[in-house]
Amino acid sequence: MIALSDVHKAFGPKQVLRGLTLDVAKGESCVIIGGSGTGKSVCLKCILGLVIPDTGQITVDGQDVTKGDRDAFLARFGMLFQGGALFDSMPVWQNVAFRLLRGRQKRPKLEAREIAIEKLRRVGLTPDVADLYPSELSGGMQKRVGLARAIAAEPEIIFFDEPTTGLDPIMSGVINDLIREIVTEMGATALTITHDMSSVRAIADKVAMLHNGKIRWHGPVAEIDTADDPYLRQFVTGSAVGPIAAVR
Amino acid sequence: MMVLLSPVAAIGRSTLAMLSAIGRVTIYAALAVSHILRPPFYPREFLHQLLHIGWLSLPVVGLTALFTGGALALQIYAGGSRFDAQAVVPQIVAIGIVRELGPVLGGLMVAGRVAAAIAAEIGTMKVTEQIDALVTLSTNPLKYLTVPRILAATLSLPVLVAVGDAIGIFGGYLVSTTRLGFNEAAYLRNTVDFLEVWDVTSGLIKGAVFGFLVALMGCYHGMNSGRGAQGVGRATTNAVVSASILILAANYLLTELFFTA
Ligand SMILES: Nc1ncnc2c1ncn2[C@@H]1O[C@H](COP(=O)(O)OP(=O)(O)OP(=O)(O)O)[C@@H](O)[C@H]1O
Ligand SMILES: [Mg+2]
Repeated sequence: MIALSDVHKAFGPKQVLRGLTLDVAKGESCVIIGGSGTGKSVCLKCILGLVIPDTGQITVDGQDVTKGDRDAFLARFGMLFQGGALFDSMPVWQNVAFRLLRGRQKRPKLEAREIAIEKLRRVGLTPDVADLYPSELSGGMQKRVGLARAIAAEPEIIFFDEPTTGLDPIMSGVINDLIREIVTEMGATALTITHDMSSVRAIADKVAMLHNGKIRWHGPVAEIDTADDPYLRQFVTGSAVGPIAAVR
Repeated sequence: MMVLLSPVAAIGRSTLAMLSAIGRVTIYAALAVSHILRPPFYPREFLHQLLHIGWLSLPVVGLTALFTGGALALQIYAGGSRFDAQAVVPQIVAIGIVRELGPVLGGLMVAGRVAAAIAAEIGTMKVTEQIDALVTLSTNPLKYLTVPRILAATLSLPVLVAVGDAIGIFGGYLVSTTRLGFNEAAYLRNTVDFLEVWDVTSGLIKGAVFGFLVALMGCYHGMNSGRGAQGVGRATTNAVVSASILILAANYLLTELFFTA
């Protein structure tokens, strides 16, 4: 469904993606792992058209992402940004219900608010959070509000950029279950970035490891412990010695 | 040879940079204007901006006009008395405020207040990925952020200028009648009889143009803000400086256009 082929992207002299090729099938939960600064977030932004690749092609359902009706295209997506990216000028519930309050998915205000509160509950937040402003929340709470916003309009394709960083282990578990549930129950396609190996095991069908601007290894989640790629080994075991340099 | 040519190269480079900046701003402005009439519209955003840009600028513009009107009356009185023409104070204060100082000083004060605020707000949204988030939520930032601000500033500045005109003339009146011995009724009559409709409307048109420039510069620099707090700081400064210079340049051009027949 999502296909990236030979995508290159550089920022100035810094080459970030160097021929990235990746396929994600419909209804699949794919997790991207890889060292900090290897271009995982950039990869998601390329698919959404927020960053334009230098060369290479990205298609969703065979359709080039840079062409066609952008509104209809983006309406199929939900995205959790690494930094949350909540709108600090509006209260939490309006952030979550942003899509439901305007545009083609617009519905009555009360209904939108109810949906927002329901989504907040699903990410483990109580209804009294709804009327606070994002700046009044802790980092982990902001992250979860961002997650609630990403799933609010029940999109077909959801991107999660580090959904569990900054959360306590119990909350991480809740969020992992939620992502798994969204994929299995709603049939959504999910592309998740994470550094947390327990999240990987909990939510992935398929794992892709990004290294040096390319997919170094990919395969089903069951194989990450048995695969003999030294880069993957080092990453999974979290060892300081191995082919991946500790200073980047 | 290289050493000799380097100043020339520097001049060339900065000229090219300036020309391309003008090009980018023009394209951005044309794009923003083209979105004004195309749905979706965001009336709530527009009203919100009207409040922030128009209503909350009233005290600043009012005080500026009041003190300027007063000082202008004193200066014209002192200058006029050199050739026995003190009596023209009401007329010159009126025309000076309404045609020039009302719109220009009002525009500059709003540039300081509003262009800075817009650039800082949008710049922060940009560096915290809120602009990216807007896009992924199927909302065009140009429509959602830029258009309401440009519209609100363009429509509210003429009103601010009109209020400023009245307060400025009142400032001159206050100083003239209490400090310079003018008769109250005569002062007002002279002002009203002297002013023509075009004097006032030309000032209001200037106000609308300045309002457009202020919001445009705020939005443009905010959207093109560099990364981090430093980038936002620079965007804010650039917005105020460029809005101020554009206001003064546009004022000259409009005055040339309106009053040299
Ligand atoms: N807009 C940008 N302008 C310039 N450089 C950028 C930009 N966005 C990303 N980069 C650079 O691209 C590289 C990859 O960034 P990216 O955010 O994708 O890393 P990441 O793999 O998500 O890392 P992390 O796990 O730490 O989030 C970084 O070196 C970063 O400096
Ligand atoms: Mg990242």
